[in-house]
Parts: sequence; structure tokens; C-alpha cells
Amino acid sequence: MLGTDRRHVAVGVREAAVCAAAALVVATLAVVGLWLGDFPLRVDEVLGVLGGRIGGLTRTVVLEWRLPRVAAAVAFGAALGVAGAIFQTITRNPLASPDIIGLANGSFSGMLIALLLLGGGWHLLMLGSLLGGLLAALAIYLLAYRDGLSGFRFIVVGVGVSSMLAATNTWLLLRADLETALFAAAWGAGSLNTATAEVVWPAAGVVLALLAVTPLWAAALAQLELGDDVAAASGVAVDRSRAILVLIAVALVSAVTTVAGPISFVALAAPQIARRLVRAPGLPLAATAGVGAVLLLGADLVAQHVIPLTVPVGVVTVTLGGGYLLWLLVHEIRRTRWSTS
Amino acid sequence: MVDQLNARLRAENVTLRYDQRIVSEELSFAVPDGSFTVLIGPNACGKSTLLRALSGLLRPAAGRVLLDGSDLGGLPAKERARRLALLPQTMTAPEGITVRELVGRGRYAHQRVLRRFSHADEEAVESALAATGTTELADRRADELSGGQRQRAWIAMVLAQETPLVLLDEPTTYLDVAHQIDVLNVLHRLVTRGRTVVAVLHDLNHAARYATHLVAMRDGRIVAEGPPASTVDTGLVTEVFGMPNQVVPDPVTGAPLVVPADTREPRFPGRPHATSRGVPGAVRPPEQGSVGRPTG
Repeated sequence: MLGTDRRHVAVGVREAAVCAAAALVVATLAVVGLWLGDFPLRVDEVLGVLGGRIGGLTRTVVLEWRLPRVAAAVAFGAALGVAGAIFQTITRNPLASPDIIGLANGSFSGMLIALLLLGGGWHLLMLGSLLGGLLAALAIYLLAYRDGLSGFRFIVVGVGVSSMLAATNTWLLLRADLETALFAAAWGAGSLNTATAEVVWPAAGVVLALLAVTPLWAAALAQLELGDDVAAASGVAVDRSRAILVLIAVALVSAVTTVAGPISFVALAAPQIARRLVRAPGLPLAATAGVGAVLLLGADLVAQHVIPLTVPVGVVTVTLGGGYLLWLLVHEIRRTRWSTS
Repeated sequence: MVDQLNARLRAENVTLRYDQRIVSEELSFAVPDGSFTVLIGPNACGKSTLLRALSGLLRPAAGRVLLDGSDLGGLPAKERARRLALLPQTMTAPEGITVRELVGRGRYAHQRVLRRFSHADEEAVESALAATGTTELADRRADELSGGQRQRAWIAMVLAQETPLVLLDEPTTYLDVAHQIDVLNVLHRLVTRGRTVVAVLHDLNHAARYATHLVAMRDGRIVAEGPPASTVDTGLVTEVFGMPNQVVPDPVTGAPLVVPADTREPRFPGRPHATSRGVPGAVRPPEQGSVGRPTG
């Protein structure tokens, strides 16, 4: 939110500073991501390729082997962060992230059905994942809607739907042959190992397009923080704006999940971390995208290079997420106790 | 006094309901332009529901609400919000928001897609802060304010919307009496500056003092409406609230003052309360004049 008066400018400057810092960290981590790997390179070789001065095998390694994965981590991290911010704002609850309310499980269900019943192929998997996420969101929305949308009911219904979908996924996997089941299980842990150029560029394109239209709805999203009634009275077409924002968030999560599987924690934590950094009321979307990119890229580097054996990035984020969730719950309980006393 | 057909905001034969529960049927009502209209009535009589319908938040199941002659339901949300503002009963202040930022949120309907704070926005915010006496609180966080201060900040947000019509659903509930009067004075000042105010109030005596047009509702119907002086009497209060009462002139303004009859159970059977005027031990004090104290 930019403005001419002092306070608005202060928040605007802080958010710009957070975004710039996030961009710097992302750039640094990206160079590290392009540099490290089985094929040994020097940092100046990486920079040389990026500057267009070095070609040949080095260029192939950097731009074709490693860049898709780094780009995926950046775009997907931003996508998950923004999707989380949208859900958390609409439900007015910091626990309402797409991984908790079952969108990722829905995407996984859709993908499994496409894989097991229809035979697969990336386009089919992508479509299955998108439809699965949308249907899960629609089911939660309809089950939780009663004279308006209560954030708490949305989350409880979402957790229920999530559990049912997880059970369905297990059942689907049990029916699959071993090879398919192994592939699906690896994907189900949330990994960027499968992030090859062929699948990353279309998914990243979808993500960027969605992120580009999100600012058009940012002001309406900010009004929704005040409660549905205030938002409506102040001039927001609440039902329509909310439906469009949910659609954007679901599409973002589905695009990510199709390529990388369900990656937890980023959508949950990035908006809250960004809000604390910017010290703004509400969740700042641009800063959230930056923090999300830093989180996922950082977690993927840890998964690939810090831990002795290569683990899926989902394992790293879920470990971070457990700790974060615990902290958030303690914080929320304290806050509730203070405000009621 | 009410020109039914020329009023800017009116409801025509509306049926209002939530899911299957019908609140009002075939209700018609016009808000007199430039009035301070106050809706009163017992809990669940449909006054808040009527206010929601008048504000466009609740679509009538039948009939229509007209704003400047056109159907409210057909107006784009932003267009509606430039003419009519509502302070609902429940609202949430985002954690850490300052009063000035909160008031600024009232400018949504006046801003373009990628919001920029214009000078008009800034002026509207400053004058809304001034009108509600919250200028000194502008840089404080809304969650650090007292209940009365926060309510005035929310009213400032509604004022920043700069609409000719302002609707408020129980703006004084949960406030202590001094803050209630503060809020009502703010609303009174709006009316004297030419805006039309519609509010749901619980306190009959505040309603009778501040309203220029009083509307009494019961069971989803309008029982009586008009200027308080010619509307509020013992019979109406009994009919609307089912409460024995006396109506006396307000010693300060002369407006009707509703005093509930003493319906307490006597502490000693057969004796009046010690607070009632009368000779101790007398079974019943003699009936007093209409301006005297209520009797037991």
C-alpha cells in the first residue's frame, strides 16, 4: 500500500526494503544453486554463463540442468507464499494454509487418478492435479459456507476433507503396481528432483501469469481483512472477489503441486514472516512472494547439499514447518489469553 | 413528514429472510432525507435485518430497496458505497493497524484498482478523524484503544467514505454512557451538516432525544414511526416491548423519557419497596401524578 502521508510511506518503504532484501538473498542463493552439484564448477564460471561469456558444456550444466530447478524453487516459493496469504486473509486465520486445508491432497488425488486410471502423461497429470485442487477447494467452500464464510469452519472442514483425501490417496496407491506407486510416493513427499525444463517452464509461466493478476485484487483482499460486512459496505463485491481470489490461490497451489508434489510450510509461514518483517497490518503480498521464494530455494539447497543424502525438499520444509507450527500455536494461545483477560 | 416517493432510500414491499427464517414480510419503509432516523424494538424484531437490507448487504427475497430511484441490488458495489455507508455490528481490525490506516480503508470505493492515496483521500481521512475526535489517536494501534475510542475510529472509517447516507447498527452497544453520548453527538453533528443518518439503538431515551424520526418495530413489522415527541408514549412502549412503563418529559430536553414501572418482587410480601415513596408499613402508596415517581 503506497500513499502520500507519513505512515503509508513508512510502510511502503519498509515493504520495498524487505522486497529488495529478499531479491538480493534469492539472487545469492540462486547463484549458489547453479554453482553446487555433481559436476564441479567455479562461481566465476556460473557468473560467466549468466553474463553470456561462457558456452559449451558449462553453459548446458548451468542453464539446462540446474536453472530449471532453481527457477522452480523461486517461482513455486513465491506462488505458495501468495496462495497462503490469500487463504489466511480470507479466513482471517494464520492456520489456513493450502497444505492444512487439503488442497495439496486434492491435487495429489487428481494426479493419482490421472496417473492410475488414465495412464498419465505430463499434460494429463497437470490437468488432473488442477482439477483435484479446484474440486477440493469447491467441496470445502460449499461445506463450510453458511450465510457467509467463517474462517474457523473453513479450516475445520478443510482439515476433514484433507484427511478423507489422504485416505483416498493411500487407497489409490495400494491399488497401483509397485513402480507407479514408488513414483507417486516420491512425488507425494514434495520434491524438486523432477523439476526438469520440460515441466518447469510451463508451470512457472502459469505461476507468473497468476502472480501478475493478483495485485488487481490486493485492495479488495485488504478490505476483506476488516470482516465481510465492512468489506461489502465499503464497496467490495465480497462473494465475487473472494471467489476470484480463491481461484487464483488454488490455481497457484495446483500449478506447484503438479510439478513438485505437496510442499508444506511455505504457504503457512511466508505470509506471517513477511508481515512481521514489514510491520504492516495485514499480509503484504509482494514481500510474502519474496519470503516464499527465499524459503523454498533455501530449503531446496539444504535438501540437496547440506544433508548428506539427498532428501526431497518437502522433508526439509515439513521439519521446519513442525517447529514453526508449534511456535505459532503457543503464540496464538498466549495472545488469546491476553485478549480475554 | 415522510415523503414516501421522493426519499433517497426506501424499501418497497420487501420480504427479508435468512435461509428459511422469514424476518419481515411485505415491509415498506422510507428514510426521510436529512433525518436522524432511529430504529428501536426488542431483540430479534428485525431492525438490524431491515438496516442490512437498506444497506444492500441483505438482498430482499421479494420486493426491492431503492436508492435514488434505482434498485440497490443492481448497483455495482463501489457505486453503492459512494452513496451509502454502513457500520455493521461485527468488524475485525487487522492486528497492528493504526487508526489512520483503518480510517483510510473507508476510502476503498473512491480509489482505483491499484490503490494510490490521493489528496482527496487524505483530506477525507483527516476530516473524519477530526469529526470523531480521534485525530490525537491517529497514529495509535487500533488494538491498543479503549472500547469507546475504537468505536469512534470505526465511525471515522465510515465517515471517510463521505456518503450522503450513513447507516449504523448499534453503534453505542458495549460503550459506557459517556462514550455513548460522545458517539451520538458525532452522529447528531453529521445530521446538522446535512447527512442522513439511520441507526439501530437499544436505549429508548437516547433514541427519543437524538432521533428526528423514530421507528418502532416488533415481529418484523413497523408498529409506529414519526417524531419522538408524537410517537413515544406509554401505550407504544407497552405494545412494542411488553413492558409496563411511564413516559415523562426529559427534565433536560423535554423529549419523552421512558421509565420502566417497578416490577420487582417485593422484599417483604405485602409491603412496597423501601425506595417507593410512601409511609412505611402502608400496603400501597397513593397514586401519584404523571410526573411523580413510579409506584410499586
